[in-house]
Amino acid sequence: MSDDVDKDRRRFLTVTASAVGGAGVVAAAVPFVAYLEPSARTKAIGGPVEVDISKLQPGEKMIAKWRGKPVWILRRTEEMVEAVKELDDRVVDPNSDNSEQPAYAKNELRSRKPEYLVVEGLCTHLGCSPNLVPAGAPDAPEAGWKGGFLCPCHGSKFDLAARVYVGMPAPTNLPIPRHQYLSDTRLLIGADEENPA
Amino acid sequence: MKALSKPWYVATLEWVDARFPLTKMWDEHLAKYYAPKNFNFWYYFGSLALLVLVIQIGTGIWLTMNYKPDAERAFESVEYIMRDVEWGWFIRYMHSTGASAFFVVVYLHMFRGMMYGSYRTPRELIWLIGILIYLTLMGEAFFGYLLPWGQMSFWGAKVIVSLFGAIPVIGEWLSTLVRGDFGISDVTLNRFFALHVIAMPLILCALVVVHILALHEVGSNNPDGVEIKKKKGPDGVPLDGIPFHPYYTVKDIVGVAGFLIVYFGITFFAPEVGGYFIEHNNFIPADPFKTPTHIAPVWYFTPYYSVLRATTSEFMWVVAIGTVLLMLLYWREFKGAWRLVVPIATLALVGGYFTIDAKFWGVVLMGLSVLVFCALPWLDRSPVKSIRYRGPLTRIALAVFVVSFLVLGYLGTKTPTIALTRAAQLFTVLYFAYFLLMPIYSRIDTTKPVPERVTH
Repeated sequence: MSDDVDKDRRRFLTVTASAVGGAGVVAAAVPFVAYLEPSARTKAIGGPVEVDISKLQPGEKMIAKWRGKPVWILRRTEEMVEAVKELDDRVVDPNSDNSEQPAYAKNELRSRKPEYLVVEGLCTHLGCSPNLVPAGAPDAPEAGWKGGFLCPCHGSKFDLAARVYVGMPAPTNLPIPRHQYLSDTRLLIGADEENPA
Repeated sequence: MKALSKPWYVATLEWVDARFPLTKMWDEHLAKYYAPKNFNFWYYFGSLALLVLVIQIGTGIWLTMNYKPDAERAFESVEYIMRDVEWGWFIRYMHSTGASAFFVVVYLHMFRGMMYGSYRTPRELIWLIGILIYLTLMGEAFFGYLLPWGQMSFWGAKVIVSLFGAIPVIGEWLSTLVRGDFGISDVTLNRFFALHVIAMPLILCALVVVHILALHEVGSNNPDGVEIKKKKGPDGVPLDGIPFHPYYTVKDIVGVAGFLIVYFGITFFAPEVGGYFIEHNNFIPADPFKTPTHIAPVWYFTPYYSVLRATTSEFMWVVAIGTVLLMLLYWREFKGAWRLVVPIATLALVGGYFTIDAKFWGVVLMGLSVLVFCALPWLDRSPVKSIRYRGPLTRIALAVFVVSFLVLGYLGTKTPTIALTRAAQLFTVLYFAYFLLMPIYSRIDTTKPVPERVTH
C-alpha cells in the first residue's frame, strides 16, 4: 500500500460530502420553519365571521372579533359623513392610495355603504387599539375636533373614515378587511364575493 | 508501602484527574488564574451576573412546576403561584426582581468595560461575545414578559412583534411566523414559553462559558488598562497578578453579600418598585380588545424604545444631515473606489430615508442603538485604554453617553408629548454622537503617561 495521498480525490470527497450534507441541513430546516407557520386549526379559527348589525344605532360603534383583532363597525350619521368630506386636506392619504383595503373600499369614505365603516381597529404604527372620540368630547385632542379615532399609545389621530392625519406616527390609514353585506343586517368579515372563505 | 498511606480524598482526586482534567481546570480558571491585583468596585458585576443567572435558572425551574403556558390559564396559574403555592410569591418575586437585577448588573458591567477600555485589543472577542449575551438576555426577558399574560405582557409583545412588520416585503410574513397566528394568541404564548425556558437559557449558558473561556485566555483588564502579562516574575507569574482563588473569590463574596441585601430588600419589601419592575397594568389579565391607556416596556428596554419613538418623519431630516456630515467628516479615510461607492451609498441611504416609512427607520435606528456597541473596539483610536489616563474630551463624551442613556430610558417610560419627543430626539443624536464621533475625539484627546505597573 502506498503512503501517497491522492489529494484531488480527498478534495473531491470533502467538497461532495459538504455539499450533500449542506443540502441535507437546508432540507431539514424546511419542516422546522414550516412548523412555526399558523397551523390548520389556527387558520380555521382565523376564518370569516358573521356579525348582526341590526341593533347598531346611528353614531354607535360595535366591535367584532376577527383573527384576534378588533374590527370596528361604525354606523355614521349624516354629520359624521360630512365631517369626513371636510378633512381631505388634513389627512395624509385622502384617496387611500398607500393604504390597505379591498378595491370596493378605496374611496373617500372608505366603505361599501357610506353609512357603515368597517375597519380593523389597530393602529398602523405599532398595533395599539385607538379609541373613538366623538366631536365635542371632553377628551378631544384638538380644538374644532370633528370626531375620529385617537391612539392612546403614540397619539395618532384618524378621521371617521379611519384616515390618518398629517404628521402622525402612523404611516397609513387603518386597514379595511374584506367584508360583504349578506343582507341589510348581516355583515360577513374576512371574506367577500371574490374571495369566499 | 508509602503510596498506600495517602488519604482517601487525595487518592480519589488522583483517580479522577487521571480520567478528567478536574485539578487542571480548577487551576486554570481559579487557583492559578492570575488576575490584576488592582480590581475595584466595578469588578463585582461580572461574578454578580453569574449569580443572577443561577438565581434565574433556579427560580425559573421552580416556577415552571406550577405555570401553565395556556392563554386561558396562564394568568390564573401565576396568581395561583402567588396565593396558594407554599412560598410561591417568594420564588416568583425572586424571579421578577432577578430579571431587573440582571439588567442592572449587566449595564454596570458594560459601563466598567467602557470606562477602562476592556473592549480594546486583545479583548475584542470577549466584548463581542458579551454583546451576544446581552442580546440573548434581551430576547429571554422579552419572551418571559409575555408569560404572565397580563395587559402589559400582551400589548408589549404586540407592539414589539409588529416591529418586524415594518421590514419591507417579508415583514408581515415574518411577524406571522414569530406569532404563529394572525395576532398574539395562545399559540404565541406557547412558543414564547418554549423559547424562554429552553432555547434562550441554553444559548445564554453556552455564551457565558465562551465569554469566560475567552477572558481566561487573554487575561483580565484592570482599572489602569495595563497589560500585567508584560511584567512577569522569574516563575512566569505576572508581577501584578494574584490568584483568582482565594483572593477574588473572597472579594466577590463581599460583593455578593452587598448585592443580596439590596436584592432581597426589593424582593421582600417592594417587588414592583413602583411599577418599574412589574408594571401595574400587568395585574389585569390580557384583553386583546382593550389597549391600556399607556404602553411602555419594562425599564431596561426604554432607552431603545425612546429611540424608536423619536424617529418621526421630521426626524429623518436630522438623520439625513447626520449621515451626510459623517461622510464628509470621514472623507479622508476613504481611498480609491470607496470615494465613488461611499457617496453613492450615502445618496441611496438618504433617498431611502424619505421613500420608506419613518417607522421602518425607527426600527433600524433602534436596532443600531444596540448593535453599535459591537463597533466600540474599532471606533476607539486612543493610544491608552483606561479613562484614568485619558483627557477631558473622552470623559465628557462618556458622561454625555451615560446621561443620554438614562434620559432616553426615563423618556421611554412616559407618554410622549411634543416636548418629550423633541428631548428624545436630542438625546438620540447625542447617544449616537458618542459612538460615531469617537474615532475623532478619542484620537485628538490628550492623554497622561500610562504607568508600567498597576497602581493601587
